Amino acid sequence: MPCERHLILKNIRKPGYSTDIECYLRHGGYEVLRKALALQPAAQPDGTTLGPKEQIRREVEISGLRGRGGAGFSCGMKWSLVDRKSGKPVYLVCNADESEPGTFKDRQIIHHDPHQLIEGMIIACYANDVHLAFIYIRGEFIEGARILDRALEEARAAGFLGRNILGSGYDLDIYIHRGAGAYICGEETGLIESLEGKRPYPRIKPPYFPAVLGLYQCPTIVNNVETLCAVKHIVGMGGAEYARLGTPDNTGTRLVCISGHVKRPGCYEIEVGKVTFRDLIFDEAFGGGLLDGRQLKAIIPGGVSAKVFRAGEKVRVNKRTADGKMIETEMDVLDLPYDFTSVSAAGSMSGSGAIIVLDNSADMVEVLANISEFFAHESCGQCTPCREGSLWMAKILRRLAKGRGQPADVALLLSVADQIPGGRTICAFGEACSWPVQSFLVKFGDEFRAKAEANADKKSDRAFAETQ
Amino acid sequence: MKQSQQSNDPLAAPPGMISVTVDGRTVLVPRTMPDWQGRQVPTTMLQACELAGVTVPHYCYHPKLPVAGNCRMCLVEYGVPALGPDRKPMRQPDGSLVIKKSPRPAIACATPVSPGMEIYTSTPTVKLMRQSVLEFLLINHPLDCPICDQAGECKLQEYSVEYGRASSRFVETKVHKNKQVDLGPRIMLDQERCILCSRCIRFTRDVVGDDALGIVNRGSYSAIAAYPGTTFDNNYTLNTADICPVGALTSKDFRFQMRVWFLKETMSLCASCGTGCNIVIGSRENRIYRFTPRQNDAVNSCWMCDYGRLNYRWIERADRLTNPGGTKLTKPDWEDAINGIAAGLKQTIPGHIAIVASARLTNEELYLVRRLAQFLGAPTDCAPRSGPADNLLLCADRNPNTKGAQLLGIAASLPGANLPVFARLIRNGTIRSLLVFGEDVTRHGIAPEDLARLDFLVASDIHSNGTTMISHYFLPGCAHVEKRGSFTNVHGRIQKFEKAVDPPGLARPELYWLSELVCRVTGQSVGRTVESVFEAMRAEVPAFRNIAWADLEDHGVATSV
Ligand SMILES: Cc1cc2nc3c(=O)[nH]c(=O)nc-3n(C[C@H](O)[C@H](O)[C@H](O)COP(=O)(O)O)c2cc1C
Ligand code: SF4
Ligand code: SF4
Ligand code: SF4
Ligand code: FES
Repeated sequence: MPCERHLILKNIRKPGYSTDIECYLRHGGYEVLRKALALQPAAQPDGTTLGPKEQIRREVEISGLRGRGGAGFSCGMKWSLVDRKSGKPVYLVCNADESEPGTFKDRQIIHHDPHQLIEGMIIACYANDVHLAFIYIRGEFIEGARILDRALEEARAAGFLGRNILGSGYDLDIYIHRGAGAYICGEETGLIESLEGKRPYPRIKPPYFPAVLGLYQCPTIVNNVETLCAVKHIVGMGGAEYARLGTPDNTGTRLVCISGHVKRPGCYEIEVGKVTFRDLIFDEAFGGGLLDGRQLKAIIPGGVSAKVFRAGEKVRVNKRTADGKMIETEMDVLDLPYDFTSVSAAGSMSGSGAIIVLDNSADMVEVLANISEFFAHESCGQCTPCREGSLWMAKILRRLAKGRGQPADVALLLSVADQIPGGRTICAFGEACSWPVQSFLVKFGDEFRAKAEANADKKSDRAFAETQ
Repeated sequence: MKQSQQSNDPLAAPPGMISVTVDGRTVLVPRTMPDWQGRQVPTTMLQACELAGVTVPHYCYHPKLPVAGNCRMCLVEYGVPALGPDRKPMRQPDGSLVIKKSPRPAIACATPVSPGMEIYTSTPTVKLMRQSVLEFLLINHPLDCPICDQAGECKLQEYSVEYGRASSRFVETKVHKNKQVDLGPRIMLDQERCILCSRCIRFTRDVVGDDALGIVNRGSYSAIAAYPGTTFDNNYTLNTADICPVGALTSKDFRFQMRVWFLKETMSLCASCGTGCNIVIGSRENRIYRFTPRQNDAVNSCWMCDYGRLNYRWIERADRLTNPGGTKLTKPDWEDAINGIAAGLKQTIPGHIAIVASARLTNEELYLVRRLAQFLGAPTDCAPRSGPADNLLLCADRNPNTKGAQLLGIAASLPGANLPVFARLIRNGTIRSLLVFGEDVTRHGIAPEDLARLDFLVASDIHSNGTTMISHYFLPGCAHVEKRGSFTNVHGRIQKFEKAVDPPGLARPELYWLSELVCRVTGQSVGRTVESVFEAMRAEVPAFRNIAWADLEDHGVATSV
């Protein structure tokens, strides 16, 4: 029986649970922080001692936690790359920009359980010797910012923030910074620029790896809201215990946002890799199936920048057999377990955990035109291929969707999309804007060709072009 | 055998060096090289390629600006030595390194090289990447080359020819932006031509320290703009027109004046202050159209100030002196003038004559003045000229050769300090003769009434002035663009410049007639060429002793003092 497994959503789903600190404390809030701050240096088998902060970092490493912001990069590894010898302060920034279309998980936490995030952040900051941290929150989350602001105020008043936290001698403050409404502010180096008060132009790497040259040119950790909440649970239950949840390489629980043509769209918490797309779309515990009389057409598995799957598509992934061997197996995409590794092995990504389900009522040309419009609007415009390519693709698609296509459009569109990704741009937006186009054209090429051909007799007319 | 293999081993480069291979050619490059501010930082792929003689096309990169990495024109492929299970580089049976090619390209302008790296700049993939960047840059470009000032020196044109594709696949409507943005008093912007390389932004922000420009809007609608309510107005704005790789930023002074391929280029210097920025003069049919900076890292980097750049129109002014003249000269004839002056000078008495020579004259000319002064027993000085300095290039001394005048003993140690003394000595009748070369002393404390008392007044200048008008003899001089010579800048660097245009009428370079006067008056000749005078100067003046004219080359030489 596929089912949810609540760690992060545990309290949120309880009736009557509210955002004030008393409620959080009644539910055991800030106990993990107390535990973390009370850690003593521990003697190791090899005779060395491990300080409290190193112990927390070790637990996070053992937990196998992978970042929940999109890339699924190992959190323990990210923290281990921080330049701790520079003599500069280390900053931590919580990425609460949540802008990937289809994603609505971080806001659940912010709106309903802000103290969980704050507790996770304080622990992460303590573990990394951070004394100043920021929550970079999406500009549109006005209410969320207000809630967080109040929660921070409460935490300060209760002695969880500020000087000498809980008598430990550790000082930390957290500030909220509201974005001004740009998707690219979610990209960590764009976010850092924005936090510095500049346009959110993502930085070139090298040399600007946040772990070395981040905020104000100091070592900086950028973690997603959900990642930081997971840190709290890892320290609470122990890294090894956390790693028992989920599957190897894809440990713990994860929030999944299911939207589109399902009966029960919403945010669900699953053990990573323990449920399949079929479960998530059709099971009563999750999406609850398609609307009556509809057939599944497509699944966008990780936010709109992820490559689309076609219903019925066969994917090849490595599967671990009972005796531990890895063998390559072919399976229906619906049988694919929802985890970082499987989805990327199948040629896409689980990204921000946003699953968008499309049924046979969807016109794929219009869907892609809509997605491309979004990316053309959100490209920061800094680097050539993305700046020019994203709008070019959107314009071709706009024409196609409006019935003004030309037979050559499909090949041209694919060729334009091929000229953007693969490390040619400053940030991964280049991939984000071209992957959907590439995958829609490969998997639903017939629909695009049909639209383009339908017009073969009509001449492309300038009059339409002028209205663009 | 083993030995030679070792010495060819890319991982065994000498200390401070790195061995990299560019398109199959292995070169040793320094581990670090100067960045835009001259700080030593890890050598980049682009620098390594340059050292290997391989050009990597680029738009946003500029050696004197912080790296932006936004145009993506410089993308290259590369590989690094593969590491074995022991974390040591793996070797082929013949001992050479196993190279692991990176699946992703890198921007050459920002990526440091590492030992054993192989850089591939001409693979089909690299060629396609360049082609696509160019295609992207062109789809929304107005392609108005026929009316664009940049045509002929446009990187978009050049790279399109070299790396682009012949026809456009773009059938959509282009993005339209403002084609005539009055950015500031000297700069116009055509937003449609802009390729958003951000060079102009970085220059004014990071080099000048005036954070005046930015980008508004986003995506393909991005456009350069001055901050709302402000104009782009500092003393260095015109450099942005130079570094703009396309015709987006143009100089209001130069735009629509002349096609650049018609311009003759002359290596010269700016003469508007003591910094001595190196410049190229663009001229055609004896007319000057523009000054542009010429790179000299010891002086002006790649820049010059707007004040100096635009200070050339006076050369064409209608009040130029075009022939010898004066109250004692009956016809405008050089021979008569020189004869008259030489005869007059022979009658002067040491201690009763003084010379004022401009610190705008060249080292060679001032040396000739020095010869005259020594022979005639005349005290000398220059007229100081000053204005506010800024923190980049412009210096308070607005004469180009004060230092030279000091080294040659023409200027007082505080230039101009002698002028009030001269005025007094004229008034009390001690000084009876005065030679003024290239200045109007009536504007420097010697009144016309005082000049009227003199027995013998000779003056020269480029324009008619208060002194030339009442002198017994006056001679028409040349602007520095009309002659050759050298200046010594405020830091003691001697730099030479070449002639760009002919002087008007009968005007002749000062060197020409000063050498004649020296010869007539002293009976000794130092020759009539810049080179021969320089040689004589060198033999006599300690500061110049170790420097030969040929040593000056394009960038000058620092004097020993
Ligand atoms: C175009 C773009 C948009 C992004 N938007 C977000 C976002 O809204 N929220 C987020 O947490 N991460 C976003 N990311 C990922 C961040 O760059 C970064 O990897 C993440 O915040 C790291 O946190 P994690 O390691 O905890 O996942 C985005 C990345 C890209 C390339
Ligand atoms: S890839 Fe796109 S979003 Fe990223 S820096 Fe370049 S233009 Fe901006
Ligand atoms: S105006 Fe010129 S220098 Fe400035 S960004 Fe545009 S192309 Fe580059
Ligand atoms: S700084 Fe001086 S030498 Fe340089 S351009 Fe300006 S006036 Fe000319
Ligand atoms: S030169 Fe523009 S990215 Fe390197």
